[in-house]
Amino acid sequence: MTAASAAHTVPATPRKYGSMSRDRRWALCLSYFFLVVFAIFFLTPPVYMFITSIKTSQEISAAVNPWWVYNPSLANYVELLSSPVFLTFFRNSAIVSVSVVVITMLISVPAAFALSRMKFWGSATLATGVFLTYLIPETLLFIPLFKMFATFRDWTGIELINRWWALLLLYPTLTVPFCTWIMIGYFASIPKELDEAALMDGANYRQILTRIFIPVALPGLIAATIFAFTVSWAQFLYPLAFTTSADQLVLPVGIVTTLIKGDVFNWGQIMTGALLGAAPPLIIYAFLMDYYIAGLTAGATKG
Amino acid sequence: MAQVSLHKVVKRFEDTEAVRGIDLEIADKEFVVLVGPSGCGKSTTLRMIAGLEDVTDGEIVVDGVLMNDVPPKDRDMAMVFQNYALYPHMTVYENMSFGLRLKRYPKDEIARRVQEAARILDITELLDRKPRQLSGGQRQRVAMGRAIVRNPKVFLFDEPLSNLDAKLRVQMRTEIKRVHQKVRTTTVYVTHDQVEAMTLADRVVVMNRGQIEQIGTPNELYHAPATRFVAGFIGSPSMNFLPCRLEAVGEGLQVRLSDQIAFPVPPERVARYRPHVGRGGILFGLRPEHITEARPNGGRHVAEFDAFLEVTEPMGNETMVFFSVAGKEVCARVSPNAGAREGSPLRMGAHLDHMHLIDEASGRVL
Amino acid sequence: MVDAALERPAAAGAVRKPSALRRRLQRKSTIAFLMTLPLILLIAALVIYPALYSLHLATLNKSMERFVGLSNFAFLFKRQTFWMVVKQSCIFAITAVIFKALIGFVVAHFVHNIPTKGQRKWRGMLLVPWVIPPAMSTLAWLWLFDPSYSAFNWLLAKFGVEAIPWTAEAGWARFSVILVNVWIGSPFFMIMYLAALKSVPEQLYEAAAIDGANWWQRIWYVTLPMMRNIIAITALFSLIVTFANFDIVRILTAGGPIDQTHVFATWAFWIGIQGGDIPLGAAVSLFMVPILSIAAIFILRDINRRGNEA
Repeated sequence: MTAASAAHTVPATPRKYGSMSRDRRWALCLSYFFLVVFAIFFLTPPVYMFITSIKTSQEISAAVNPWWVYNPSLANYVELLSSPVFLTFFRNSAIVSVSVVVITMLISVPAAFALSRMKFWGSATLATGVFLTYLIPETLLFIPLFKMFATFRDWTGIELINRWWALLLLYPTLTVPFCTWIMIGYFASIPKELDEAALMDGANYRQILTRIFIPVALPGLIAATIFAFTVSWAQFLYPLAFTTSADQLVLPVGIVTTLIKGDVFNWGQIMTGALLGAAPPLIIYAFLMDYYIAGLTAGATKG
Repeated sequence: MAQVSLHKVVKRFEDTEAVRGIDLEIADKEFVVLVGPSGCGKSTTLRMIAGLEDVTDGEIVVDGVLMNDVPPKDRDMAMVFQNYALYPHMTVYENMSFGLRLKRYPKDEIARRVQEAARILDITELLDRKPRQLSGGQRQRVAMGRAIVRNPKVFLFDEPLSNLDAKLRVQMRTEIKRVHQKVRTTTVYVTHDQVEAMTLADRVVVMNRGQIEQIGTPNELYHAPATRFVAGFIGSPSMNFLPCRLEAVGEGLQVRLSDQIAFPVPPERVARYRPHVGRGGILFGLRPEHITEARPNGGRHVAEFDAFLEVTEPMGNETMVFFSVAGKEVCARVSPNAGAREGSPLRMGAHLDHMHLIDEASGRVL
Repeated sequence: MVDAALERPAAAGAVRKPSALRRRLQRKSTIAFLMTLPLILLIAALVIYPALYSLHLATLNKSMERFVGLSNFAFLFKRQTFWMVVKQSCIFAITAVIFKALIGFVVAHFVHNIPTKGQRKWRGMLLVPWVIPPAMSTLAWLWLFDPSYSAFNWLLAKFGVEAIPWTAEAGWARFSVILVNVWIGSPFFMIMYLAALKSVPEQLYEAAAIDGANWWQRIWYVTLPMMRNIIAITALFSLIVTFANFDIVRILTAGGPIDQTHVFATWAFWIGIQGGDIPLGAAVSLFMVPILSIAAIFILRDINRRGNEA
């Protein structure tokens, strides 16, 4: 308060400073103007998704302004959320993503601990190897994996293709390398004295991991969990290639393959489904934005 | 109750030998300080005692039990680290009780011990705080508290005060001494600060380049250093070293520093120094506090000489003066009333009872 | 533990010492190895093995009974569609990455320019395209591009512009695919560049300002050199992801019209999974390896160099 009133009573500043602050204000206005332009560009598709999702089919096919809703209706939501097929997609997606998160954490946290703290023969090479596997895209692996699964069935009689739970084998190849990599980074930033202090206090390696490292690196753990979940939730290629029948599909593939079938696209339902499919990652993002962004930047800035 | 013995302990890292054969006997309840310049192997020695580093060769024995292969958690030692190494996610209470909780002590026993340690260290009101809410000195106390509650056989301190500012360091130094007097646990303390070593230790171990230079009480190290390294390392400002030559003068000896200056050797040392007469490669060592302004009836074995003062540094209670002897700078401490002025001469007195002669080649004090 | 050690006289301990030490070291590295074992198995069985297996697959005939050497590759080289896919993939990846980097850089600057307390809100809003699963947001674009109900064409019609065949004509379909990819990817660049901008010390700009640098010189001589590493590594990451992209092309055009927008991933899927010719599909996807490995080598070099500096 006093500072503000003091600022008012200060006599007019010399003109050259005035011009500088005018420049700055102009730059600020320009920044805001372009940010608004880019925000429109970035937010148009999700907003349009929402607009379409609350329209009736009649309104969608009518020759009226598509950017405006004349008769808002929740019919699409009601219909999708009461459709057993859609709920199956949702359930499959949820089970797969949550399980993949658990599997990923169980594999990558101990591995990251061992790689960052317990030097052993080949540990440095393995850490680099983990990073390299992260760079191998799924589009390079899906064909040989498909053939491998078929061969596996011929040998053992266990069917892996067109089974949603077979995705639990596939998704960790996408999540584990990155999560291990960023957990190595987070663990490496914990000072060495902390584990030595715990050693002196009588802790064994398991206790150092569970009672010191995991709590101290919790932000990293949350970031890795978010990453694993969103990657699993959004994955499209593997379920498209490996699952076909409606009861085995996960949400993204389910929406694309079942709602788009036929000559008439039911765009109201497609957009509703897409919005519902985008909702879990968006909700997580809304509540845990800082962790989400930390995980995003960690891949290139840590390690 | 713990005696710690090191027998011919060696630590080799890939290509360097950090510790090169150390023998050390630490008595029960003793406070031993390992001191030396950085890289002298003192921290490595401490970490080997703790079990954080493997021993390459030799033995570490505690109370008659060989410790080489005992993992740190079974050695019953507690350590205070330079950067405190407090667990950031735990409160002070949880930090202090962590070791006891791992060993599944009963809850009330843990509470009793933590309260007791907190009382000794005067941190009772901090028990619910997290480490990041504490100041450096408070963290230091918590780190000590974590060691005390364990009631271990041995306390290990790894440069615990070097992250504190000068004033706090002095304060914590007395605190550590007070705590040791209270709990009376065998303590090994590592520092590079010789003042810390002198003030805290029952015995000081001076290390250099992976070896022990001398073991002794603070007074022994100060008055009877065994090597040139110890003579130079202990005491501040450090001892003056000047090349000299021993000359026989009738029954006695004298130390010639330059064409103008030669000091008579005190008679009780004549026999000890006589074999070295005429030999080269001998250094004369005398501490700055043993070179003062010449005083009327200055006492026994004070040799007077004239010095041309190049620099004077008034400190209030005394004045440091610098002058040259045979091209070497010499530091002396004179009374502020001695009239020392830069660029003017002063009559000085060298207290030769405190002189040392050092063999330059071996570094041994003769 | 301690009791066991007590029973053993010190002298006997000294004799047994080397083996005990070795045992302890072995125990530690054994624990470490066991902790990494699931990771190693996963990578070996589901990444390394399939990668090598695809080399083998690519040398078989369609029914996978006969070894045909390199004739799958020879067959691909003779097909015009293959060369179209090569060209298309490269144009797609390079153009998209350049525009993502440019837009990301510009937006990051604007966000960095505004007062700190508003930055969080804008950053949060601008990252939304990256958060939505690509398959879902591509559906929205597909609907925006719809041949009969395109909301963009409706807007253009208001300005008297003729309807654009967004996904129906090869040129426009390519443009649309790149547009969607840039839309999804540039927020990632924005976030990375924003993090990099924040790490440039303010004093450098003040020093440059005192030296009389204008805003353009400040970007050229201060910002860009300080961000070079992040710019390079983000672009290389994105190059890999974009080059191997599947979702967008698959949903938006499914390779059409008449195979004119296929990239390696979608074409390999078309041939290998939908067409049932697994060896030929494997051969197609293998063509991604050279470009991917070049990018990977540069990233690795970059990360190692940073590790050495630290």
